[in-house]
Amino acid sequence: MFGSVRKPGYVKSRAAGPSEISELQVWITSADSECDSYPSLTSDESYELTVDQPNAVLKASKVWGALRGLETFSQLVYEDAYGAKNINSTTISDFPRFAHRGILLDTSRHFLPIKVILANLEAMAMNKFNVFHWHIVDDPSFPYLSRTFPQLSQQGAYHPYTHVYTPADVKMIIEFARLRGIRVIPEFDTPGHTQSWGKGQKDLLTPCYSGTTPSGTFGPVNPILNTTYSFMRQLFSEISSVFPDAYVHLGGDEVDFSCWRSNPDIQNFMEQQGFGQDYSKLESFYIQKLKGYMIWQEVFDNGLKPDTLIHVWKGNQQQYKDEMANITSAGYHTLLSTPWYLNRISYGQDWQGVYRADPQDFKGTEAQKKLVIGGEACLWGEYVDATNLTPRLWPRASAVAERLWSAKEVTDISDAYSRLSMHRCRLVERGIPAEPLFTSFCPHEYKGV
Amino acid sequence: TTLLLLAVAVCQGYQSNDIDEEDELVYEPSKYGSLWPLPQKVRVSEVSFKLPSASFKIVDAKESSAGPSCSLLQNAYRRYYEYMFGSVRKPGYVKSRAAGPSEISELQVWITSADSECDSYPSLTSDESYELTVDQPNAVLKASKVWGALRGLETFSQLVYEDAYGAKNINSTTISDFPRFAHRGILLDTSRHFLPIKVILANLEAMAMNKFNVFHWHIVDDPSFPYLSRTFPQLSQQGAYHPYTHVYTPADVKMIIEFARLRGIRVIPEFDTPGHTQSWGKGQKDLLTPCYSGTTPSGTFGPVNPILNTTYSFMRQLFSEISSVFPDAYVHLGGDEVDFSCWRSNPDIQNFMEQQGFGQDYSKLESFYIQKLLDIVTTTQKGYMIWQEVFDNGVKLKPDTVVHVWMGNRVEEEMQNVTEAGYTTILSSPWYLDYISYGQDWQKYYKVEPLSFKGTEAQKKLVIGGEACLWGEYVDATNLTPRLWPRASAVAERLWSAKEVTDISDAYSRLSMHRCRLVERGIPAEPLFTSFCPHEYKGV
Repeated sequence: MFGSVRKPGYVKSRAAGPSEISELQVWITSADSECDSYPSLTSDESYELTVDQPNAVLKASKVWGALRGLETFSQLVYEDAYGAKNINSTTISDFPRFAHRGILLDTSRHFLPIKVILANLEAMAMNKFNVFHWHIVDDPSFPYLSRTFPQLSQQGAYHPYTHVYTPADVKMIIEFARLRGIRVIPEFDTPGHTQSWGKGQKDLLTPCYSGTTPSGTFGPVNPILNTTYSFMRQLFSEISSVFPDAYVHLGGDEVDFSCWRSNPDIQNFMEQQGFGQDYSKLESFYIQKLKGYMIWQEVFDNGLKPDTLIHVWKGNQQQYKDEMANITSAGYHTLLSTPWYLNRISYGQDWQGVYRADPQDFKGTEAQKKLVIGGEACLWGEYVDATNLTPRLWPRASAVAERLWSAKEVTDISDAYSRLSMHRCRLVERGIPAEPLFTSFCPHEYKGV
Repeated sequence: TTLLLLAVAVCQGYQSNDIDEEDELVYEPSKYGSLWPLPQKVRVSEVSFKLPSASFKIVDAKESSAGPSCSLLQNAYRRYYEYMFGSVRKPGYVKSRAAGPSEISELQVWITSADSECDSYPSLTSDESYELTVDQPNAVLKASKVWGALRGLETFSQLVYEDAYGAKNINSTTISDFPRFAHRGILLDTSRHFLPIKVILANLEAMAMNKFNVFHWHIVDDPSFPYLSRTFPQLSQQGAYHPYTHVYTPADVKMIIEFARLRGIRVIPEFDTPGHTQSWGKGQKDLLTPCYSGTTPSGTFGPVNPILNTTYSFMRQLFSEISSVFPDAYVHLGGDEVDFSCWRSNPDIQNFMEQQGFGQDYSKLESFYIQKLLDIVTTTQKGYMIWQEVFDNGVKLKPDTVVHVWMGNRVEEEMQNVTEAGYTTILSSPWYLDYISYGQDWQKYYKVEPLSFKGTEAQKKLVIGGEACLWGEYVDATNLTPRLWPRASAVAERLWSAKEVTDISDAYSRLSMHRCRLVERGIPAEPLFTSFCPHEYKGV
């Protein structure tokens, strides 16, 4: 708020003038502020903000609400014609519509230096995002330095020294996020998307066959070997101790069956198990065993049972609405990403289409709609790295931020344009190179290249 | 801690997380390494030499017509030394040290023409050719003019590579090079968004690394007028986004022009009229046409008012200033997208149309204006470039007018028509880089063939080059550089290299390496595809 102001010297105690507010008091009302906890899906992010004399007061049950309220307070401050900081008398009562408001970053297609990840966590906090979905490894590279299996990154990273995330790096990111009320959910996507895993772990991936001989290439994780599950048990045990969040994303997308189909050992297994030619049964077999090796948490607040959370990303507009309807009618909790694939760029103000998408916009009962716990904006990394990530993500992701936080009825695009333009200039002032919405200018333009 | 599972639905939808099979260009190293754009003639041998960073020198050859007073070259030597050895920890510069048996410790630059043009401004007819021989005892870069030397220095720096020990190496190479097209430009728009000087300079640097030689500065337009005119300071006072923080002062402009000159880049300003002038009217009353609603002024304004003498007296003074501030032989006069509805609504203009016998044909009025403007500009001793509409509308032009083809429809027909009428032409239509789309769109820019229209040899010779345009509606300092590079590099090779250089896989290989080099040199050029650079970009 005051970074740009030339402060002659901090004045310690000075009674507030008649039309001044010199203090913002933050009042955590709950006995357990959760100050040293990690944020979770059930964290209370609500707050009340009263800006009036003699002091502004920010009231929240938990620290998470205070974080959200501080951001809001900072957005109420404006400069008058004299350059002086002002704020209007305001009353705000706020809480998020959806509890899971996330951003997916992909550090496998391109390595993302820590600086970029941290800067984007900052930007997320300015937009009240609360989940960092870290798609940390995939086919092209394995930058996660595992203590149990250091050879995974040794062999699988783009470079074992310069293009890895060490335990210290990961710790730093998790704590940086926690201090901003952001959960870090890592994704270790299997059984597909694992080419880089096989570099450092022999026999993990399925050898593909050309007729009766191995072709030399490898496919998804091999689901029929005990070594596979022993490896996964150890790896996920490490992951669960490194990442404090209650959730891990297991991926499970886009499994190409052709390699499994070509492998004679797998063909035998299919026969033994009575799966016939249905390789999706083999895939289910794998996923169930993977889950079976996890330790279940017994205690849950607020009744969200240990559960499978379905992440919807497929199809076009009509398809995703049908998908949301189907999944919720089957009783599953669900997250939406389909309309928010921000890696899919196009010419013009595409933030508007992003803004209009609503996760509860499908035919279903109230109970069904309650199963939608939020959504995630995804920035897949095929064409994205540190050179272009931040302007590509912001302020387009801000449109998702409002859709996931604000009330369903907040849909006026012109009003959004007005607020978002100013919000964008504020991001730029705070050092985030958020790109412009349209022809315009900011009082303080971005100073980088 | 314990885990809760979050499994993802297996989906095979349109939106594939694993996209772009058609983008799977196999990364096989090119035999041309990382050269970009590809020189006309290259022979690289297997013989390699080490470059001793502690003692490597770039010097003027004894016989060169350029010497220590040629600051253009002296600056370039320092700049290229920094590019090549900047990352090396130099214990201390070793002054004289005889070169070892497999070393090359000197690059000699030999300007062969008596007039090196060192203190001149580059022009359309500048000689950018050079010959490069990398062999013992010294590498030699021979060029007729300093412009060729600049191009050759960039090429030399692209031949240097690090071996497995981190040592700088170069292979024995012979190169003979010159550009296919003489006008290879980038258009930047500083009206839709103000661009801080830093960004303009960084992009001039990047242009030089890609052998671009024209900066087409679309400096003013409807939204803002950032050009601080000495003759009419109120134009930016009233017309800029902010009269202090969002303007280009005479000093700024001078700096940009000299920075460009030192890199062999021409600066061609565009003062687009009679349309695209909303911001001009803020500081210049009566310049724009008042639009009418029936019989009363509506309060809004249209294009420049072509019927007032004050208009032409203003233009004469402004363009007199412009011609002295911008040293290039050409100015771009715009002339695109003139909306006739305001003219049509104005009774004075209607009268004028009658008097002139123009009937209802407002393109005749447009011609009338442009004609007078061209005459004014001619008296300032400048040649001019205009957007294609001016030609399409039948305006009488001087023979050396450069017509800028930009419209997306019927491009080949337009190229045919313009060259048939005998005008020099530059092409931008397929290279509007502001039109972003998902995936490797550099390939479609690379595949363009500017001379693929029906015409005679003489006609084809009239196509002097092209420009990649980055219009500013959605672009400013936060996203300009990654949006422009390396996509503009595809255009760079199409305009420099030989027509036959079309192998996309080879281009992918060289361009990926060239892109990492841009990043190493501090230019945040975005990635082509899934990949990594040994030295990633360190910014945000």
